[in-house]
Amino acid sequence: MSEIFTKSRARNVFYGGSLFFVVVFVALTAQSHRYIVKTSTAGAPITEEIKLGKEVWERHSCINCHTLHGEGAYFAPEVGNVMTRWGVIEDPEMAYEVLKGWMEAQPSGIEGRRQMPHFEITEEEMRGLAEFLRWADQTNTQNWPPNDAG
Amino acid sequence: MKYQSQSVAKYYFLAAAALFGIQVLGGLLAGWIYISPNTLSEILPFNVVRMIHTNALIVWLLLGFFGAAYYLVPEEAERELFSPKLAYIQLIILLVGTLGAVGSYLVGIHGGREFLEQPLWVKFGILVAAVIFLVNISLTALAGRKTAITNILLMGLWLLCLLWVFAFINPVNLSLDKMYWWMVVHLWVEATWELVMAAILGFLMLKLTGVDREVVEKWLYVIVALALFSGILGTGHHFYWIGTPGYWQWIGSIFSTLEVIPFFAMMTFAFVMVWKGRKNHPNRAALLWSLGSSTVAFFGAGVWGFLHTLHGVNYYTHGTQITAAHGHLAFYGAYVALNLGMFTYAMPQLLKRAPYNQVLNMASFWLMTGGMAFMTFTLTFAGTIQTHMQRILGEYYMDVQDQLDLFYIMRFGSGVAVVLGALLFLYSMTVVRREVVKPGPAAVPAGE
Repeated sequence: MSEIFTKSRARNVFYGGSLFFVVVFVALTAQSHRYIVKTSTAGAPITEEIKLGKEVWERHSCINCHTLHGEGAYFAPEVGNVMTRWGVIEDPEMAYEVLKGWMEAQPSGIEGRRQMPHFEITEEEMRGLAEFLRWADQTNTQNWPPNDAG
Repeated sequence: MKYQSQSVAKYYFLAAAALFGIQVLGGLLAGWIYISPNTLSEILPFNVVRMIHTNALIVWLLLGFFGAAYYLVPEEAERELFSPKLAYIQLIILLVGTLGAVGSYLVGIHGGREFLEQPLWVKFGILVAAVIFLVNISLTALAGRKTAITNILLMGLWLLCLLWVFAFINPVNLSLDKMYWWMVVHLWVEATWELVMAAILGFLMLKLTGVDREVVEKWLYVIVALALFSGILGTGHHFYWIGTPGYWQWIGSIFSTLEVIPFFAMMTFAFVMVWKGRKNHPNRAALLWSLGSSTVAFFGAGVWGFLHTLHGVNYYTHGTQITAAHGHLAFYGAYVALNLGMFTYAMPQLLKRAPYNQVLNMASFWLMTGGMAFMTFTLTFAGTIQTHMQRILGEYYMDVQDQLDLFYIMRFGSGVAVVLGALLFLYSMTVVRREVVKPGPAAVPAGE
């Protein structure tokens, strides 16, 4: 066994095999990139408003409490489908109003309740954030999450 | 310690140890906020606490890896480090960047991609530090003896530094953003870091057990081959629900199931080497950490990873406390314990003392490992209930969370044990100079 399977053979298998899997992975990633752009997120165009919304989302580090498509922290609810849960996915104006109403009511200050901070967000940014969340919600995520609870 | 320049590792290990303290204290505070949510909520919200907890972890693990490389590459290459001065400059850049990042988080300046929240200037600092490191360590290795341990270590470190480039790529399209984000996050912890882990573990086994180098190195190539063959396409288990194509559900399920194998191989490797070893090394604590690391990594990364990796299961468990349970035990076993094992092995040599802190150090191993195991169990139970109530019955997130309090209280208790263990470790590593329990009369033949 040790004569046939020498250290240098083990090394060559490692290098050769890894290279093979890297090539396969890069090819599938390229295909997935196309699929995301052309299919799964093609339901709505990415506007300046959505771009601004994503910046607002990032600036306030929302991901470190919430999940978005299931990724993030597990301290606060999933927001990838929040517009569906609120029943405002088809209505930009209502989406903005509900989001604004919710965020302006924070922090609730209720004892024993998890607190969402108060964020200084302009009207334009709030509209952007609502559009960003509506846009994320229309992504084809292979029917995840299983229900509206997120 | 055979080479003078290995001593730069000491400062890397001390800096890493300090950040380790900050990391666990941040974790304890986050755990407390779960059971008393109004704590500091106006001045230090949960998201900031969590950023400090995760970022401190990542940076101290990297400092530990860099320190380990500076310690073991001179010994493997049989020569002094190319430039100790560059190593110190690199450390200063990393520490300024870390303090800058923590400071800016506290005043609310940060990015919003999970784990990559560092301000842009810090990201560039990390890039510069990485380049300095690669130059320094590669020139040392190239000029000296080439071994499989340095080969694998350098390959892992080169690739992880190259993947850092994806930290700068943030497409406006959220699904693309997520896909490329995983090129850093997954391909670090489930591919390139495994190479670093295997190399360090191999080095420790070589030193602690005295098994023939040929045997150790052949094992190492097999382990890292298994790690990359499964881990690269295993990235697919993150591509189930983020807008990527459906075929990833099959690729991800199959290859991430195979990801259990390299962790099993690493555990087997460690135990077989100890069994075959002829050397009775006086640093028993380092041996305990090495065996403990590979075992807990197998359970945390391997078993708990497999628990929720099949796409049919993950459809329901994705983004619940199950993920948190797996994340905690996997990081602890694979990377925290391994780094602490390396500190335990190297610090007595760097401080030019005999291993002197065995009892306290080993007590800290059991305290931390017991605490982490209990934390994993409580979070797994919490996640199971959450999955059922929220994903099957469709109850709202906060309604479900309100019923998980008992588990979060137990999690906090286990967190206290981990913090006590961590503080005991740090105390035994930096302060204690004498063995607290007098060893028996039987003389142990000294190892290397």
